[in-house]
Amino acid sequence: MASGTKIEQQAKSATKEKFLPRKLIAPALIFSIALTQVPFLVTIYFSLREWNLLKPQEKAFAGIDNYIYVFKTGDLLPAIIATVGLTAFSVVCSLLVGLFFAVLLDRKFRGQSIARTLIITPFLIMPAASALIWKFSMFDTNIGIINFVVQKLGFSAIGWSTQYPYISVIILLTWQYAPFMMLILLSGLQSQSREVLEAASVDRAGVLRTFAFITLPHLRQYIEIAILLGTIMLLQAFDPIAIMTKGTGGTKTLAYLLYERAFVGMNVGQAAAYGVVTVILTIIVATISLRSLFKVFISGVSK
Amino acid sequence: MNNKVKALIAIVVVAIAGVVVVQQQSGGDVTLTLATVNNGQMKDMESLKSEFEADNPGIKVNFQVMEEGDLRSAVTSDVANKAGQYDIVTIGAYEVPQWGANGWLTDLTSDLADDAYDVGDILPPVKDALSVDGMQYAVPFYGESSILMYNKEILDAKGVKLSNNPTWNEVAAAAKKVNSANTAGICLRGKPGWGDLFAPLTTVVQTFGGTWYDMNWDAKVNAPEFVQAVTFYKDLLASAGQKDPVSYSFNECLTALKTGKVAMWYDASVAASMLEADDSPVKGKMGYAHAPVAKTKEAGWLWSWNLAVPANTQNKEAAVKFIKWATSKEYHNLVGTKLGWSLVPPGARTSTYSIPEYKEAAAAYAPITLEVMSAVNPKQPGVNPQPWVGIQYVAIPEFQDVGNQVAQLVADAIAGRITVKEALDKGQVIAQAAGDAQK
Repeated sequence: MASGTKIEQQAKSATKEKFLPRKLIAPALIFSIALTQVPFLVTIYFSLREWNLLKPQEKAFAGIDNYIYVFKTGDLLPAIIATVGLTAFSVVCSLLVGLFFAVLLDRKFRGQSIARTLIITPFLIMPAASALIWKFSMFDTNIGIINFVVQKLGFSAIGWSTQYPYISVIILLTWQYAPFMMLILLSGLQSQSREVLEAASVDRAGVLRTFAFITLPHLRQYIEIAILLGTIMLLQAFDPIAIMTKGTGGTKTLAYLLYERAFVGMNVGQAAAYGVVTVILTIIVATISLRSLFKVFISGVSK
Repeated sequence: MNNKVKALIAIVVVAIAGVVVVQQQSGGDVTLTLATVNNGQMKDMESLKSEFEADNPGIKVNFQVMEEGDLRSAVTSDVANKAGQYDIVTIGAYEVPQWGANGWLTDLTSDLADDAYDVGDILPPVKDALSVDGMQYAVPFYGESSILMYNKEILDAKGVKLSNNPTWNEVAAAAKKVNSANTAGICLRGKPGWGDLFAPLTTVVQTFGGTWYDMNWDAKVNAPEFVQAVTFYKDLLASAGQKDPVSYSFNECLTALKTGKVAMWYDASVAASMLEADDSPVKGKMGYAHAPVAKTKEAGWLWSWNLAVPANTQNKEAAVKFIKWATSKEYHNLVGTKLGWSLVPPGARTSTYSIPEYKEAAAAYAPITLEVMSAVNPKQPGVNPQPWVGIQYVAIPEFQDVGNQVAQLVADAIAGRITVKEALDKGQVIAQAAGDAQK
């Protein structure tokens, strides 16, 4: 009997101990729930309403009409394809360009830090500003540098935003995110063991073979992290589309489509429905990709 | 070295995260926030605001200048949600009657009644477009129609002559004749957007006999006339237009014409005052003609940029004071004396056209502007009757969305990714959904 109460007491204090940490994190938890989940619930509520900002008299409960609209108009699938395509191409291109610059910057030379700072600059410029710079200073048919060169070479000027909107956006995003990739890869390159490289050169391995069989395997985890972080950032790309292509030529991404429904269509209900569908899709993709993200980080630590 | 890279990464992270918004505090004085479009006349207003602030101590005016499309979305969501960010908004003739009917704008009728302001002086067609049931919800800052502008030097060099009322076929032939590697024949808006691409394109559609909707609100977007007009527009751009149409709207074409990169331009008549401004390289070299036509007698649009006061502003009195100042005869006088007479906002007041200095400075385009603005018929701009009042737009709330989506499709057709018919077949479905909502 006596031992029974002791066990009971032990169990009680154990549950107390168990709850104490939970109580301690409660304020933070409540705060983050209020900050993230309440807006989401409001969005769900909006998505069930017929609400066009321009028709304030016609607010009503719409049921799932907005969701039917989302799937019936057929804008969703092309937007997903555009988002995935633009992100994938931009990530791969900026990774390759970033790798190129990282390898160059890994060598010691005079003015190395200046070169590094200059190369990082595109990543620090506001996305809207860089889209404007590219629209006028680079792609413009009259004053753009690219068309100036093209015309000097004897070809006629290229209407980038009209003829090649998809490629234009990829070029801009690559320019913008290659420095980010470069930073991550450069830190990978500089953490390489010099002895191993020296051993390779003693064994008379050429530059290309050293790169392919020693450097690249060493960089693998840095590349994986760069791809994952780059993908997360590039999925949200919006400015080049809003400023240069206006969603033409297969560049209407989910972010731009949502913007259009909300701020051109002024249709809060439809925009909210698109938002909810996007969140569900994101959760599915994130669950899968976060798993591999953690794998990368964990194996990176264990190494 | 490694630490340096780490430090650099840290700096980058801090730079990304360090978005600090510094909210400016205003002490006692009234600060009016004015949202406006990035057109020349509005920038002139901004440069002259200190005159107003000097005459009205205690009132400061803060300008937020945006691109047309951005202005629309920012102002519409602000006013519709009653967020109250703006004390004065710049809105188009398309929005004023709809917003007035929604109760979003302050009724200005009694505020404008004094003799000094002389509301009767405002051009009648423009004023009518801004009132609902006799209540005036906005005042025009400037009004415009659309005209054909051309560089006489370039056209004369090729021996091309244009009449005062040219047809589209004449214009297309002229454009092709003067088109060269360095100079495009004609600049036409191609930036997707109902207020960009579809402003001139709708007038082309109408003069070709097409329309957005018939009297029963049935969409006519893939009707033969509409297809023919868009095909004509596309072919003209391809054979003699500027190279990158999707990047071009009003301001881009203006620059191209000023720098001699294009020979002709069909756009808003207000551009003429900028082409004839003192700092314009083509000043005195321009010719002006009525909007080109096909089946109708006139094809110009009717538009005004107007100042209005949202119903929920905290500073109504000061806001009304400012918009009365900015649209007064004294303001026109001020622009004339301070900045040059050719820059006086056109198409708003009848009396502007009898100021001797203005008549002299704007001799090249003032008569044609007044002529065209009085000739166009917003009740039936096309061949067939239409169930709304308005030329280059359909006066229903859904139109900005419909126009925008169809403009994107047409941009794809202009680039040759789909055919005009395919684009307009899709557009027909979008337009019909909006038409059904009107029935």
